[in-house]
Amino acid sequence: MARILIVAEHDGENLNPSTAKCVACAADVDGAEIDLAVFAANGGAVAVQAAALDHVARVLKVDRAENEQALAAVIAPQLAALADGYDHVLGPSTTFGKDLMPRVAALLGVNQISDIMSVEGSHSFKRPVYAGNAVVTVEAPADRVVVGTVRTASYRAVATAGSAAVESVDQSADLPDHTRFIEIRSGQSDRPDLQTAARVVSGGRALGSSENFELIFKLADKLGAGVGASRAAVDAGYVPNEMQVGQTGKIIAPELYFAIGISGAIQHLTGIKDAGTIVAINKDEEAPIFEVADVGLVGDLFAIVPELTDAIA
Amino acid sequence: MEKILVGLKRVVDYNVRVRVKADGSGVETDGVKMSINPFDEIALEEALRIRERGEAGEIVVMSIGSSDAQQQLRTGLAMGADRAILVETAGDIDPLSRARAFLEIAGREQPGLVLLGKQAIDDDNSQTGQMLAALWGRPQATFASQIELNGETARVTREVDVGLETIEVDLPAVVTTDLRLNEPRYVKLPDIMKAKKKPLDTVAFDDLGVEAAPVIRETAFEPPAQRQKGIMVDDIAGLLAALRDKGVL
Repeated sequence: MARILIVAEHDGENLNPSTAKCVACAADVDGAEIDLAVFAANGGAVAVQAAALDHVARVLKVDRAENEQALAAVIAPQLAALADGYDHVLGPSTTFGKDLMPRVAALLGVNQISDIMSVEGSHSFKRPVYAGNAVVTVEAPADRVVVGTVRTASYRAVATAGSAAVESVDQSADLPDHTRFIEIRSGQSDRPDLQTAARVVSGGRALGSSENFELIFKLADKLGAGVGASRAAVDAGYVPNEMQVGQTGKIIAPELYFAIGISGAIQHLTGIKDAGTIVAINKDEEAPIFEVADVGLVGDLFAIVPELTDAIA
Repeated sequence: MEKILVGLKRVVDYNVRVRVKADGSGVETDGVKMSINPFDEIALEEALRIRERGEAGEIVVMSIGSSDAQQQLRTGLAMGADRAILVETAGDIDPLSRARAFLEIAGREQPGLVLLGKQAIDDDNSQTGQMLAALWGRPQATFASQIELNGETARVTREVDVGLETIEVDLPAVVTTDLRLNEPRYVKLPDIMKAKKKPLDTVAFDDLGVEAAPVIRETAFEPPAQRQKGIMVDDIAGLLAALRDKGVL
């Protein structure tokens, strides 16, 4: 048996889909018995969603006022304390998990396995290195707790037909007040979430301006797609950082991906290699994006994209 | 603040196309160009700008690795750091051992701020900064795209999945840098000459009195699964037909 504790990612109301992908990874460990930990000010609603995930045995709800925001320095000591008796402690390889989990690993005195893409054994995993240019098999010490982050693009969310028990856990440990949340700024949008959307349309530097990015938004809306961008487009200020797809942005795996005016730098390709079908539209027929695209069209995006948008029913 | 400590890791240059060795024992590094980890270069640039604003005194750069890492430390000194420390190890070491070495040096140097890259582009672990903050019992602000110092505290804007988060941390703190924090300066030739005279101290990792961490073994390397090149279409009608064929539209 392998006792696995997964930290749930949420915004106080809704469970983030990354959690269901972590559960899918954990379920690949032989004899996995999976518990979820929900740290919140009032985690009732999130715990209900967590309890519905398949494979989950128990949901441990830790309600404290200090958990209103997901600050790594505040959650890490609580998660480390809760980890006692577990063989594995996992979190998603999102900015939430990347921030939190190494802090937990250090408190537990172990190194972390970052970006788990497959489970090879209870202590053996595969993970990408060198921006995805190599995959390494790693073996964690058998006599120590395994702390890891899960590369969410490598897993499909588990179903929600479960009915785990929800238990409230009292946590009275002193928590630091040296880190304080000020604000979060987010380009609110009604479009599908980039990280979980089945379809994504991304634009690159060739768009040339913020205004021209409207072409991408219109096509995306016609397709019911999320919108992403290359690093070059974000660096140029056309769109905000949360839209960046790639090694240093979001790593995604939609069923259908449009790369428009994106040359296909390696760091961008790393973010989309698990996509189902990749469509590339670029005026440069030599662009590296065409080497990985399932369907490629050479031409002027300013002519093609509006026409394509109109042509889609 | 009196001092900023900056970590510089020696890594395969970001322009090098990394290849897995035929026997799966690692990646080809023979004769490959090595550089400062790009995120660490951003960390040093930020430290220099903080000092140029008159908000910091000394900038100390530190690397953990083989004696070859002196090259990257010299580059850091040429960029403008005042002093360098090499914690010498026989080969690559794990993030937790690195964090413990940083903690030991932070204890000796008492920096008001430790700036590190958010991840190294070789192992892509993204662990050392958070681990140092945990062991030190100090705040962490990861993935920083803006840093504002206000005496005893810092306001850091972080690039997170939903947008930009701002947190306030008491100092000293560990801040890890993201790409859009700044654009590092180029090193000028006269500065390279001047850097040769700046102090670079070497201390053996084994002499730090740091406990080695349980190591995660790397047992085999393989190239990633490659996507196959698909078809090229001539026009929008062809594109739509291809997508309908695949059943994705």
